[in-house]
Amino acid sequence: MLTAQKVYPLPKELQAKIDLVLESHDYDSTQIVGILLEVQDLNPLHYVPEPVAYYLADRLDMRITNIFDILNFYSELSDKPRAKYPIQVCSSIACRVNDSEGLANLLKDILGIDFGETTYDQRFTLEKVTCFGACDRAPAVRINGKVYDHLDSREKIEHLLQTLD
Amino acid sequence: MKNRPAFLTKNFGKYDPSSISSYMRIGGFDALRKAVNMDGEDIASLIAENKVKGRGGAEYDMGRKWSQARKVVGENKVVICNADEGETTTFKDRELIQNDPFNLIEAMIIAGWAVGATDGYIYMRAEYACLRPLLLNAIRQARSYGFLGQHILGKDFCYDIHLYSGAGAYVCGEGTALIRSIEGKAGRPRMKPPFIKVSGVFARPTCLQNVESLSLVPHLLLDDDKEYQSYGVGDSVGTKMISVGGNVNHPGAFEIPFGTTVRDIIYNLAGGVQGDRPIRLIQFGGASGKVAGPEILDTPYTYQDLRAAGVMVGSGALCVVDDRTSVINFLRINQEFFSDESCGQCTPCREGNHHIQIILDKIKEGTATREDIDIMKTIARVMSMSSLCGLGETAQNSLKSAMEVFPEVFTVGGANA
Repeated sequence: MLTAQKVYPLPKELQAKIDLVLESHDYDSTQIVGILLEVQDLNPLHYVPEPVAYYLADRLDMRITNIFDILNFYSELSDKPRAKYPIQVCSSIACRVNDSEGLANLLKDILGIDFGETTYDQRFTLEKVTCFGACDRAPAVRINGKVYDHLDSREKIEHLLQTLD
Repeated sequence: MKNRPAFLTKNFGKYDPSSISSYMRIGGFDALRKAVNMDGEDIASLIAENKVKGRGGAEYDMGRKWSQARKVVGENKVVICNADEGETTTFKDRELIQNDPFNLIEAMIIAGWAVGATDGYIYMRAEYACLRPLLLNAIRQARSYGFLGQHILGKDFCYDIHLYSGAGAYVCGEGTALIRSIEGKAGRPRMKPPFIKVSGVFARPTCLQNVESLSLVPHLLLDDDKEYQSYGVGDSVGTKMISVGGNVNHPGAFEIPFGTTVRDIIYNLAGGVQGDRPIRLIQFGGASGKVAGPEILDTPYTYQDLRAAGVMVGSGALCVVDDRTSVINFLRINQEFFSDESCGQCTPCREGNHHIQIILDKIKEGTATREDIDIMKTIARVMSMSSLCGLGETAQNSLKSAMEVFPEVFTVGGANA
């Protein structure tokens, strides 16, 4: 039989890492959303590549179409490469009235990219997202799960971008 | 404001949120011990007696909900904690989970006992992933102390709690969408009936509650002196968690007694408006909430008074917008949220949000005609009448209320009013 693992072989090391995630979710396919969130972060560009999606479908006995439906439905999941540091800028009201647009424009200017684009070195991508519940720290950005605030000057933003590594 | 009550927040800072023994030293799980010696119906009555309304936004009578959940005929009932607070400017549940995770776990076990459930699910938004280890640890410790599992506290009561993660979909705060997400599917809402209480997650009878609603229960069970009832005004009994954001000096989450004036909230708790600027509008209850002008400042924050003033408590959020943002710009930003978050499944919501966004842009540019504005009104009405779920039904609350409060903005060429 033609299995996903024959068509899309994954490195053993990656398989082991994915299996650890699956184990922590008891190989429970109803936990797929949480599993995908964790598996996505195993990739240096924070996305779920097609071979990985097939591997998960195999291991969880799910249909691949369901996995892609979920990947496309939830905005925190991606089936396309992002960057080492996806920068999520909140575009909802509490941040917007605190000039998150000015912050976004500074980021665009410093990085030379627009929303939805990635820098040439794949270090940064700019993502416009809705409220992530850090309204008391507005305007805020979120990078790999961590919230950064008080980015009200070019110097502070540049400093943050340089110290991420 | 002096003597702010700490009823719901009384455990904040009093114990180490990563240690069950630390929680038990301040009386943790005493409420559960009391609860398992009570009949579930009596627990529901206690909640009803305190007139608690669900704190997620729908304001449904919580005691009644538990009583109904008990009476539903069916095996393997489920309790779900909705920790997907996706309404904009809402972060009160985040504070409750972060500062008092064991109280939430205890509350969920009490809920399980009261309604006769075998499983509890916490559905938490991916944006709060940093709180996941804290909750997982709390669940694990509760299990090892025998508060979860088989024969809890020696009773014929078996119950466990599972933590599920969302992934950035606002619509998953809606009950049927949330349930689909827990089932491992895309979170598209479905038609009701069947109602969740009869056929919810995995087709099991389900009692769905918000974090704040649940968190209140252990405190109420131990409230022999009826402290809770000493707060509040009229039918709005007790205290409420609110979150204040936008153009205020000190945004944050606060516990207030019902009846505190909006002015007190904004100018005392949240430190006033940035640069002492005048307030343009305040949105109550998140993106799906209605707006009011500064004349609401002296209104007491109660379910009834806010309703009479044309807004609702909703998610407990107050977003203060000063005069630097015009009404149309505010609506346009709010509209962008719904255009992004509509799941696209039903036509009124998918198309309605899209077309209202286009007309708002025209108003902003000053090119909207009388006809455009009339069409916008019609679309908003049709959306609230015929959308599949609460998202589409409430998406235009802010627009509809703004049209009443600021009619001058919706005249031809009135965008800057």
